[in-house]
Amino acid sequence: MDLVDFRSLFTVLAFASFMGIVWWAWSSRREESFSQAARVPLEDDDRPAVRARAGSNTED
Amino acid sequence: MQETYNYKVVRQFAVMSVVWGIVGMAMGVFIAAQLVWPDMTYGIEWMSYGRLRPLHTNTVIFAFGGCALFASSYYIVQRTCHTRIFSDSLAAFTFWGWQAVIVAAAITLPQGITSGKEYAELEWPIDILIAVVWISYAVVFFGTLVKRKTPHIYVANWFFGAFILTVALLHIVQSMAMPAGLFKSYSAYAGVQDAMIQWWYGHNAVGFFLTAGFLGMMYYFVPKQANRPIYSYRLSVVHFWGLIFTYMWAGPHHLHYTALPDWTQSLGMVFSLILLAPSWGGMVNGIMTLSGAWDKLRTDPILKFLVTSLSFYGMSTFEGPMMAIKTVNALSHYTDWTVGHVHSGALGWVAMISIGALYYLIPRMFGREAMWSVRLINVHFWLATIGVVLYIAAMWIAGVAEGLMWRATNADGTLTYSFAEAVKATYPFLFIRFMGGVLYVTGMLLMAYNVFRTATAGDARVYNDAPIPATLAHA
Repeated sequence: MDLVDFRSLFTVLAFASFMGIVWWAWSSRREESFSQAARVPLEDDDRPAVRARAGSNTED
Repeated sequence: MQETYNYKVVRQFAVMSVVWGIVGMAMGVFIAAQLVWPDMTYGIEWMSYGRLRPLHTNTVIFAFGGCALFASSYYIVQRTCHTRIFSDSLAAFTFWGWQAVIVAAAITLPQGITSGKEYAELEWPIDILIAVVWISYAVVFFGTLVKRKTPHIYVANWFFGAFILTVALLHIVQSMAMPAGLFKSYSAYAGVQDAMIQWWYGHNAVGFFLTAGFLGMMYYFVPKQANRPIYSYRLSVVHFWGLIFTYMWAGPHHLHYTALPDWTQSLGMVFSLILLAPSWGGMVNGIMTLSGAWDKLRTDPILKFLVTSLSFYGMSTFEGPMMAIKTVNALSHYTDWTVGHVHSGALGWVAMISIGALYYLIPRMFGREAMWSVRLINVHFWLATIGVVLYIAAMWIAGVAEGLMWRATNADGTLTYSFAEAVKATYPFLFIRFMGGVLYVTGMLLMAYNVFRTATAGDARVYNDAPIPATLAHA
């Protein structure tokens, strides 16, 4: 196998793995964990007032 | 013991981003003025266009943009991993090391100490410092990911991670050189290989320094400011891998019609065209996050900055692939159109999303609900928007005029216009560009005043550490 074959093979493999990622991302099994992941920034309240309360150890 | 986030390093980088933004953009306005009034610096070498232009690009990209990236990545990685940053001292080293790089650039470039490689002009001792700081950054960032308390790595961190890894690779390969004294070196590459490595570096600096990292900001600050989850998380995954798989190959479009083999040029053109898909996927994902919350755009100037930046991202990622088509490039290359394209990306996308992110971060760094004046943010938004539009419209007109005049020939094959005639045709537009830049810098000065008032307001507090809510830290 010469270098050109190797490069062609690499291109095909890269394309196949990208299509694999697309398939994986759109599979219905991912839906639950993706929607959880999407909420990660929103579930963290980073406003200063909240910080002050968290700092005084009063849970809410 | 209460666990905390490191806010000190975020605050330092955020404030310095504003400072370097003003310095770098003012430098840009200064050299834009030199194009209108060429004799304004009386021929003093270290104030000449050729010496200050690399200082302008280095300051806006690596000092302003770099500090905004450090600040937001350190903030986002901590807050989405629910853990304090890995190694406070190494993080502090990245701050002071990066500032040292910027100061070294400001000292050496005006003296004409340069390796002559665009966007990588700094000489080898500074290159080594950059590599050390950057590897420390990678250790801090990935170290924080490793000690995360969350099961999933949020998508913004994927973009920051790719940005950090790729910039390390680009910088180290591009900067390979043989020193010939402390302030001089010769590139390890020669001829067309040198040119190809230069634009492999140059275009991926656009793709990873100026895009991937700022997309990381987008995936955090747009959902936060709109208070809605990202429109499609699965699209964000495909967006990420789409960019990763294509960007690396787009560089040859900077070398159309040169000694570069023709097939390489065509490859670069095709991959540049493919890039439109992931770029627009990302833009749609950011903008659609606002669906159902569009009314917030009327009242929230931070959201205006973020969403307008995405519109410019969409515009310049359409323009870029178009300019990468060989026949279009034959008209646009070496003209002011390229300069306009770069600034629609740099001022419209990169700077606006950074400004939005900084307006989000800075009140939090000083324990305040909001900036001192929200109205002033709104004024800044309009100054910036009008400034960019003036800038890029002027450069489009000037660029197309140049392209057409340079290629015009008479029936006998001689050139219709001399070079100076094309320069003369662009002259009024160089002035409009200068005015656009003045408006943009004026907006940045308002921002600096607003930051100063926010930091010194009566209820402002300097937080070096912010408590991690107990429910998150032990989740």
